[in-house]
Amino acid sequence: MGQIQLKQVTKSFGDVEVIPPLDLTIQDGEFTVFVGPSGCGKSTLLRLIAGLEDITTGHIEIDGQDATDVVPAKRGLAMVFQSYALYPHMSVRKNIAFPLRMAKLDQAEITKRVERAASVLNLTDYLDRRPGQLSGGQRQRVAIGRAIVRDPAAFLFDEPLSNLDAALRVGMRLEISELHKRLETTMVYVTHDQVEAMTMADKIVVLHAGVIEQVGTPLELYHTPRNTFVAGFIGSPKMNLMTGDEAAKHGAHTIGVRPEHIDVVESGGQWQGTVGVAEHLGSDTFFHIHNTGLMETLTVRSIGDVSLKHGDTIHLEPRVDEIHRFDADGLRIA
Amino acid sequence: MATKASRSAARFMMAPAVVLLLGWMLVPLIMTLWFSFTKYLPLRGDSIDRGLDWVGFSNYARFISSSSFWPSVQTTLVMVGGVLLITLVLGILLAILLDQPMWGQGVVRILVIAPFFVMPTVSALVWKNMLMDPVNGILAHLWRFFGAEPVAWLQDASLSSIIMIVSWQWLPFATLILLTAIQSLDSEQLEAAEMDGAPVLKRFWHIVLPHLARAITIVILIQTIFLLSIFAEIFVTTGGAFGTRTLTYLIFQRVIDSQNIGLGSAGGVYAIILANIVAIFLMRIVGKNLDA
Repeated sequence: MGQIQLKQVTKSFGDVEVIPPLDLTIQDGEFTVFVGPSGCGKSTLLRLIAGLEDITTGHIEIDGQDATDVVPAKRGLAMVFQSYALYPHMSVRKNIAFPLRMAKLDQAEITKRVERAASVLNLTDYLDRRPGQLSGGQRQRVAIGRAIVRDPAAFLFDEPLSNLDAALRVGMRLEISELHKRLETTMVYVTHDQVEAMTMADKIVVLHAGVIEQVGTPLELYHTPRNTFVAGFIGSPKMNLMTGDEAAKHGAHTIGVRPEHIDVVESGGQWQGTVGVAEHLGSDTFFHIHNTGLMETLTVRSIGDVSLKHGDTIHLEPRVDEIHRFDADGLRIA
Repeated sequence: MATKASRSAARFMMAPAVVLLLGWMLVPLIMTLWFSFTKYLPLRGDSIDRGLDWVGFSNYARFISSSSFWPSVQTTLVMVGGVLLITLVLGILLAILLDQPMWGQGVVRILVIAPFFVMPTVSALVWKNMLMDPVNGILAHLWRFFGAEPVAWLQDASLSSIIMIVSWQWLPFATLILLTAIQSLDSEQLEAAEMDGAPVLKRFWHIVLPHLARAITIVILIQTIFLLSIFAEIFVTTGGAFGTRTLTYLIFQRVIDSQNIGLGSAGGVYAIILANIVAIFLMRIVGKNLDA
């Protein structure tokens, strides 16, 4: 079991309110991702759930029990830190066994559980090494191992992949997702990387300045962003947001079109501009287009290898039914 | 330092320092060794100009067979050990205290470091006359305030008193080194341990103390070097009386009071041997902490 409920939770550091009153329910077994730009309060929120920070007002309930004043160790949560926070003077075995030793389990049980965690995470060969002798990905797995031996009600991940290189990050992303499928335990995951959020989450919580902008499945957020912030944050490359005459044509203050919803056409087309930088990825090409009269730089994603170069004129046709409309307050117009 | 040119340039630039250091160490060392094998009593008219009589190992035999030798070695070790223990324990506690966020942290830190800037002679005098004086010292007043008989510190508890004075001087050093070490501890490790269910004392024992191991080693090694040659504090307070005569002080007495340079030099060589024995033990016990 691992249902986490936040009720009117606020957090202030001195006079600065970093989290205004916030309500959120994380269901048992759900993979929830907190995503937002740096400084949006997502890590603080995670630390409030963990109990590493005291909440200023409000309540936190874990499995229906009030956990507001419960010390971190007694909340039944396990956390994986950004720096992994492995104990450098202990072997991998001792690192993983540490929470069990603190819980005063008997030695046979500790050995059994450590061996099991190690085999789940492919760490069996490294049990007697020190963290300093491991690679980044292995350290990451030790940190996860230290979390899973406790059979926690929920896992908390604080940007666990940000110290890994790109290739390893993709691999660990899959491993964590698979671990979630296998353990079916609640996971709360904090990241600033919307790709991680989109690929891993059952539910994404988009945070901005301590406020929840939208909660939903990855595809809900992609297809129906509630406001311009979510629209601009979710999706890669970013959605093109434009105001002015073009928006007025659609009866909105702001309109947004995703780069993948603009087609490159031979001639004609509603919009045209000059190609600035063209990023050829092979499978796709991203064009950064200037002089459209719509916005400073329009981004367009076209499938395949399109042979337009810097300085060429490009003709574009947006898909009208994929245009998102927002009012003057930035809220979505249904 | 990769190319041949940069390596030789480096050697060239280091040369003056190396030569100076070697000269500084080797000349006194060789002279001490030479004197220790000679009869050198300046008051009896011996001098280097007139040539010194070679007496072999008789100075060594006399120094070690003196009734004050072994007690002085013991006093030295007790003093070094006592000061190390006090400065380490209090230093760790103070470092933890100073690491806590508190009002006036900067001022408090400077105050804690202050004793280190006081010259040994001065601090010993302050302790002797202002704090430990059995008639007018602050401690005597304190004792009397509680109706107790004032302690004649430097007579009745002389060695402990000197250990106290020296500890007071070296505590800032230990605190400072340990404080910087504590500050370099990744706070996420402590938080991880907290999540793992380790209460405060266990976090200290399993996380903080191992992290401090290297700093503790450095404090022990550096302090030992300086503590083996403690002199001013003894000279100013007890003058070596009441069981406070360390090996260093004994050598001083042989050379200055007895005007026997040969005998004192032999003592100096024993002091070198003692320092090396201590160093070997220390490196065996704590030296492995210095490996990365």
